[in-house]
Amino acid sequence: MMNAITLFGLCGPALVGLGLFGLITNPQPVRKILAFNILGSGTFLLFGVIARRGAAAGLDGDPVPQALVITGIVVAFAATAMAIALLLRLFEETGRASLNSSNPNNASETTDAS
Amino acid sequence: MMPSAALLTDATTAEGFLLVLAIVLPVIGILLLFALGGRYIERIVLFLIPAGLGVAAAVFTAVWRGGQALVYFVGGWEPPLGIALRADGLSAAMMVTVAIVIGGTALFARQEFGQPRGRPEARAPLVFWILLLAIWAALNIIVVGDDLFNLYVALELLTFAAVPLVCLKGYEDTIKAALRYMLFALFGSMLYLFGTVLIYGAYGTLDIVLLAGRVHAEPVAWIAAGLMTMGLLAKTALFPFHLWLPPAHAGAPAPGSAVLSALVVKGSFFLIVRLWFDAMPGLMNFAAAQVLATLGAGAILFGSVLALRQQRLKLLIAYSTIAQIGYLFFIFPLAAIATAGDPWSGFGWTGGWMQLFSHAFAKAAMFMAAGLIAETLGHDRIAEFGGVARALPITTFTFGIAGLSLMGVPPSGGFVAKWLLLQASVMEGQWWWAAVMLVGGLLAGGYIFMVLGKALSSTDVPFEARDSVARGREFVALALALCAVLLSLVPLRPSEFLQIGRPAVPVVAPP
Repeated sequence: MMNAITLFGLCGPALVGLGLFGLITNPQPVRKILAFNILGSGTFLLFGVIARRGAAAGLDGDPVPQALVITGIVVAFAATAMAIALLLRLFEETGRASLNSSNPNNASETTDAS
Repeated sequence: MMPSAALLTDATTAEGFLLVLAIVLPVIGILLLFALGGRYIERIVLFLIPAGLGVAAAVFTAVWRGGQALVYFVGGWEPPLGIALRADGLSAAMMVTVAIVIGGTALFARQEFGQPRGRPEARAPLVFWILLLAIWAALNIIVVGDDLFNLYVALELLTFAAVPLVCLKGYEDTIKAALRYMLFALFGSMLYLFGTVLIYGAYGTLDIVLLAGRVHAEPVAWIAAGLMTMGLLAKTALFPFHLWLPPAHAGAPAPGSAVLSALVVKGSFFLIVRLWFDAMPGLMNFAAAQVLATLGAGAILFGSVLALRQQRLKLLIAYSTIAQIGYLFFIFPLAAIATAGDPWSGFGWTGGWMQLFSHAFAKAAMFMAAGLIAETLGHDRIAEFGGVARALPITTFTFGIAGLSLMGVPPSGGFVAKWLLLQASVMEGQWWWAAVMLVGGLLAGGYIFMVLGKALSSTDVPFEARDSVARGREFVALALALCAVLLSLVPLRPSEFLQIGRPAVPVVAPP
């Protein structure tokens, strides 16, 4: 039993690390959004492990983290949906799902030039 | 330093229901707008804005008179199981600032986003008002929230309301700006949540007051605080996380820019302060404070220099926001690090908050002025501003007195803020921050006068006003700019008020 908890406990931060790496290094918005979801999954997994570890008073798990995880999933889902909606709109306008225009190295400065 | 026992035994106070009202009122407005549609915008908003202002004023007076924080336990459940709402002096002052800026923005936006009778309903006005009320609700939850997870949800609500405001116009550029903002926000919110999870795992509660007594300086607290701070910095757009801010704040419609720059970035800053000063008071040390303030100093220098190089007014103001955010972070070395019985940390604390309030008013006024100028000219290219002062004297004056606050010139709230911060940094032997502030003030003077100089110059080309602007909107912007000036008339009372209901400023000895 302890082994499973430890395993999940290690998986959580590993997913978080993968997600963070993806979020920072991938330039494409779709991949960034996917990486955000991996990061989120890792966080929720860790929270689940904490609920299990904190079990007391004859319960299988601490109920508070479980309630928080559900809320967190809803919020993360809403965030994903909104990011995807923005991306789709961008695709409709430009025909591309990318934030880069002329200067890929410093995309934020391109709007300044006009 | 541990919070006094009286703080831990707070029960729901008599006026606690006001906190619920402050959150529920804007939410009711959102639901009514959804249900009834655009035809009722005027009536709903005209009722809600004064009501919300009244609630904020009531909270303020209740905290002032009672001399203690207002507390409300949602559903009667006490922490750690329940969620507490708590308004100390700081929350009350924030709530009033938010209400005034939102109210001013609503008056300013009435014409642009009104729904005239008899015309077919447009989508943009309805969306704008819903987002404005949502930002108000989210900010009110943030200032009274006492539970880290509850604050996470509020932070997300704030983001979900702020991002669509950026791309309300639906141009390609603004959608890109909104998406970039959203991606930064996603990064920030998940880091914050991960830190929250670690804190719950280590200490078994997320209530800020309870945490203050439980958190010790140990690795897990450090990691959690570091992750949460980094996430919040991304949402506050502190240098070097500022990349998303200029296109987003410059791309939004003028009333939207005003709210985004004046209030939304302050929401996440408020949480950083709550985290370090209230939830984990013992954790701040000299090195951490210096790192945060170094980023702030970078923001001041970098933001100001880039503002000087802008050719368009809205981008200039957006870069100036980046610079002004930097000053806020001086609160960490100047207010958290002091020897016992040192009065100067109080100066740093009050100075930091005065900077936040005066910047909120000044920047809202400035973005509104920029909006009016852009409407009149049809563009906002600074090089072609000749004759603006003659066409829009009130707006130019507004821009000027809002600029006083940004530069830190008396009479303005910005002067009091920067003067207090300067004094604190010199007296506490951290003179290097004073040097940065002086340079920042000079640079701010540079970009403000660059705009004013052009606006006041006459032009050979006859001035063509594309559109005339209603006088009332000019006065709204002026009123907000005057609020920033009026702040300078209350320099000493705030220090006491901002301390109400808070533990004494934590004392950490410098190395």
